Amino acid sequence: MQIFECPFCGERNETEFHFLTEAGKERPEPSEEVSDSRWAEYLYLHKSPRGKTSEIWVHIPCGEFFILQRDTVTREVFRSISLQDYHVKEDD
Amino acid sequence: MENYHIGSLITQGLKKKPSWKPAWRKAKAKPSYDVIIIGGGGHGLATAYYLAKNHGIKNVAILEKGPIGLGNTGRNTTTIRSNYFYPESVALYDLSLRLYENLSKELNFNIMFSQRGMMMVAHTPTQMEICNRIANAMVINGVDGELLTARQVMDKIPLWNKKMDARYKCHGGIMQNRGGVARHDAVAWGYARAADGFGVDIIENCMVEDFLLEAGRVKGVITSKGEIRADRIGIAAAGGTPYLVAKLGQNLPILDYALQAFVTEPIKPCLDVVVLSLGTGTYVLQSDKGEIVFGGGLDRIPTHTQRGNLPAQETVVSGLLEMFPSFGQLKLLRQWAGVVDVVPDSSPLIGPIDTPGVYINCGWGTGGFKAIPAGGWLLAHLIAKDEHHFISEPFDLNRFNTGRLIDEATGSGIAH
Repeated sequence: MQIFECPFCGERNETEFHFLTEAGKERPEPSEEVSDSRWAEYLYLHKSPRGKTSEIWVHIPCGEFFILQRDTVTREVFRSISLQDYHVKEDD
Repeated sequence: MENYHIGSLITQGLKKKPSWKPAWRKAKAKPSYDVIIIGGGGHGLATAYYLAKNHGIKNVAILEKGPIGLGNTGRNTTTIRSNYFYPESVALYDLSLRLYENLSKELNFNIMFSQRGMMMVAHTPTQMEICNRIANAMVINGVDGELLTARQVMDKIPLWNKKMDARYKCHGGIMQNRGGVARHDAVAWGYARAADGFGVDIIENCMVEDFLLEAGRVKGVITSKGEIRADRIGIAAAGGTPYLVAKLGQNLPILDYALQAFVTEPIKPCLDVVVLSLGTGTYVLQSDKGEIVFGGGLDRIPTHTQRGNLPAQETVVSGLLEMFPSFGQLKLLRQWAGVVDVVPDSSPLIGPIDTPGVYINCGWGTGGFKAIPAGGWLLAHLIAKDEHHFISEPFDLNRFNTGRLIDEATGSGIAH
């Protein structure tokens, strides 16, 4: 059993969390100029790295979406970052 | 290649020290080949075999990072079936089933293929309608699919939970009588032996680290045993494929997950079909040794390690006990996990990638074992002719650009 941290609720059981996608994907815009392959890349393609990764997860009971940084080989969990904080940092 | 037959069995059996030859050579890598196959699991070995047999290309090396057949080929629960929904999928998986039906004879190696039937059990009228739909699709696609009433299901699996307060009562089911199981190791060994018989080099403990490129075209690989050159490379590395293809600067629509399986202590024969419950998502069969072999859905956390987690174990085991309460008396002997490559539409990826000369066969997710002969057949065709076989065409990577997905998750209820 693993413990993940929800930025809102704190440490909770892994079964309460759901994986959504890899972090850092930007929706390509404007849509009329986006090619099929670029759109497919955004929708479907993954880096699927071995090792450290950043992913978007949701804590199902409270509905908080956040970035989870963890290792896909050792299963070590590094930290959780609220999406709000993440975007503030990106803007700075 | 030494031919196995009743005579050789008796002669060897009467000797004090039997003198069986190894089934395949421990080959040393040559500097170059016509074709290199990365991945010495079932799909890779079958690809090399069909390259030699169907296309006459025998100067082939199979590079496997460990010993052959110890990845997902040795970790699956050995079920073979073709009860899919879309015509493209049925064409693919039934090609595989038909090849399996003759494989022991063809390879001169007993793969212990037992067509005991694959049954899905429905628990509600709605699930029964889904079964109806799948059975109709199967019949239209030309494979055998038969609807069963609750009574017929019970006759086949008398140990099924009949308690009045059962959470998942039996409401009927669907059966594919040609489905069944085969010995997974024997499939790997049989293909390895037959490929070796054609002169294919099987190089174990040889990890591919990078690719050699010249003018944008692949010219070989850099491995833990040095450089090996070839103009054409087939990758059949399941969960390892995204890592390899990333070296060529390409991402794939694949996420790697762990999938677990379980085996109990052996007991007397009590279950002679493969059973999947649409309610619990757990499937179960009895091996020839008498062990109860079972498994269920994926672990829910993407990972690259061959290790399962507890919540998924709990779900699968509780599913089994809900279906067959009497199995609660059994002890678990082993539990393990494999890394499976899951594609958004639950269908495989077969085709060339952006780098000329490189072809992939992966994305089989939780069901690659049943597809080994077809996967090998189609990848060999692709490598030899540089064009798709009509059966593999719909599974090309371009389906994500055109949007023509083959969504078996909704079509036939594949668990991932």
